[in-house]
Amino acid sequence: MLIEVRFHGRGGQGVVTAADFLAIVGFKEGYYTLSFPTFGAEKRGSPVASFLRISDEPIVVRDEVYYPDYVVVLDPSVFEVVNVTSGLKENGMLIANYPKGSEDLKTIVKNVEVATINATKIAMKILGRPITNTTMVGAFAGATKLFKLEKLKETAEEVFEGSLAEKNKLAIEEAYKYMKEVCRWK
Amino acid sequence: MKKVVRGFYSVAYAVKLCRPNVVCAYPITPQTEIVENLAEMYANGELENCRYITAESEFAAASILVGASAAGARTFTATCSQGLILMSEVLFNAAGMRLPIVVANPNRALSAPLSIWNDLQDSMVLRDAGIIQVYVESNQEAHDMIPQAYKIAEDKRVMLPFMVCLDGFKLTHAHEPVDLLEQSLVDEFLPPYRPEVYLTTKKPVAFGCYAPPNIYMEFRVAMQRAMERAQGVIEKVFREWAEFSRRDWGGHLEIVYPESRNFVIAMGSLVGLLRKVVGELRKEGLSIGLVKLRTFRPFPFEDLRRVLGNAEKIIVIDRSVSLGYEGNLSIELKSALYGLSPEIISMILCLGGRDISKENLEKILRNAVLGKEGSGFKGYIEFEEVVP
Amino acid sequence: MEIKINIGAISEPLQSEKLKTGDWGTEWAVVDKEKCTACRVCEQFCPDGCIEVKKFGDEEYAVVDYNYCKGCGVCASVCRFEAIKMELKELFKIEVC
Repeated sequence: MLIEVRFHGRGGQGVVTAADFLAIVGFKEGYYTLSFPTFGAEKRGSPVASFLRISDEPIVVRDEVYYPDYVVVLDPSVFEVVNVTSGLKENGMLIANYPKGSEDLKTIVKNVEVATINATKIAMKILGRPITNTTMVGAFAGATKLFKLEKLKETAEEVFEGSLAEKNKLAIEEAYKYMKEVCRWK
Repeated sequence: MKKVVRGFYSVAYAVKLCRPNVVCAYPITPQTEIVENLAEMYANGELENCRYITAESEFAAASILVGASAAGARTFTATCSQGLILMSEVLFNAAGMRLPIVVANPNRALSAPLSIWNDLQDSMVLRDAGIIQVYVESNQEAHDMIPQAYKIAEDKRVMLPFMVCLDGFKLTHAHEPVDLLEQSLVDEFLPPYRPEVYLTTKKPVAFGCYAPPNIYMEFRVAMQRAMERAQGVIEKVFREWAEFSRRDWGGHLEIVYPESRNFVIAMGSLVGLLRKVVGELRKEGLSIGLVKLRTFRPFPFEDLRRVLGNAEKIIVIDRSVSLGYEGNLSIELKSALYGLSPEIISMILCLGGRDISKENLEKILRNAVLGKEGSGFKGYIEFEEVVP
Repeated sequence: MEIKINIGAISEPLQSEKLKTGDWGTEWAVVDKEKCTACRVCEQFCPDGCIEVKKFGDEEYAVVDYNYCKGCGVCASVCRFEAIKMELKELFKIEVC
């Protein structure tokens, strides 16, 4: 088994952290994991991508993910500048922070299964900042059912400190439960 | 203990376990977080009997370590690219003074045009410096290499600087499970550094003195002999490590499918992808094996002659180029195999962080084995050079 | 495919103007014309030089160039007259999901 995931967003939103976070969660669930970023300009705001591989055998390949099983989009505005679904497998899924909803998104990205969530709203409500990485981590786990909520929360406690850990746990939980409901038929 | 960490941390943590006395560096992407991690450990009081010195440039950082190492300290620095070539004047000196400084070099391209991304051009510049160079494939190998680096560099038969070359971004920025070593294991493996001669007021000496034509050459011959002895020491330490840690990374070379007629040879993190690609090509019925070159200096030419001497075709994956000639590893390999008959195809790819997909790599290797692809740069866009 | 590259990696001026960075932020700066005193402090602090005090007849106030404003909020935080507010972009306000 090898699951490949690509994350899109903008510098400062935690695109890299999202992949790294899930690499830790995957490891806790007993998989081999590898996450790594690509950088454009090293500036807050510029479009960035990061990659995640999850496998039940040691991962030796380090090329970028060209044919992902899942694409996770942290920022609704990158659809205009990046072809996020490039190479997405036929039975793959696009999991996006997209407040206008999946029907609207389907008019932009065609022939792809999509699941959407308003992660910016959740992040603003709980964290007070439009940093959507942990929310989308929760959304990814909820949509794919790859990881258990407890493992996500456990990881949040290791990655973040104090009140930030608590807040991120809340954001993860809300997104996880929401997405699990949205994707219950999948 | 196995933990998901970034490449930086796997290197920094291994350095900590080796109990360095002086760490000194100047930040440069993608190296910075290695010394950032060490600085944090230092600030938290986790580095015993150690000084972390901030320097105003790479040149200064290396100079400080030359002084520290000559005074008998176990030293560490990390740098790359422009930083490494700025350091180079000092590092040639460090080699000549026979100081076992360990340098972690997360490989990065050289300017201009400015690139922060990965290829192997920077460490190639230091090829002739008298510095041992080992290239690693994964963060686990990088982690394991640090204690071995100190043991080899500080061996009385060697006494040369040691560069651990790991791919910038591809390894340094990757998050993956690494089995972090125990302090007790490293302590048992690596004895404290006790040089036979060092700077002290009790017995004043000077390092790196002036050598007129009647004596200079002898020092260079001595360095060459130290490099030759290093070959044996490296092999011995690699074997010792395999027994010690139960992780066997091979010798100077790692050979996968040794019974093949054709081989591909490469260094660094790209070897991982090549393992998969070679496996796929073998399923198609091609007779192709893989050679991972770990030690680049001293160059293990005897091993290479033995392993590759009877091959039909050798495809060399180069991620650096000697402009005006060809890929650096190809040059080395051709000279090592002089008088033997394998056809050598030199492929230069992935410069300045250009990624290559499994599919493309498979295609060019298949074509090369079938005689449909020749030497040269691969994976670039045809262009016209214009004056603005 | 063939591309053109400049010899010596030479770059010509104003290349960055072609890269519109206005879509980078989650928020953008909105100027309250009534409160703005045209003191030009925001002009000095904007890291991207994309807020500028302009004259409109008798009126004078700061205008944001939304083609390049990345929504960092520096202008809003240095404004002593609370004339600049950071507002969430419409894209993030709509709720359908």
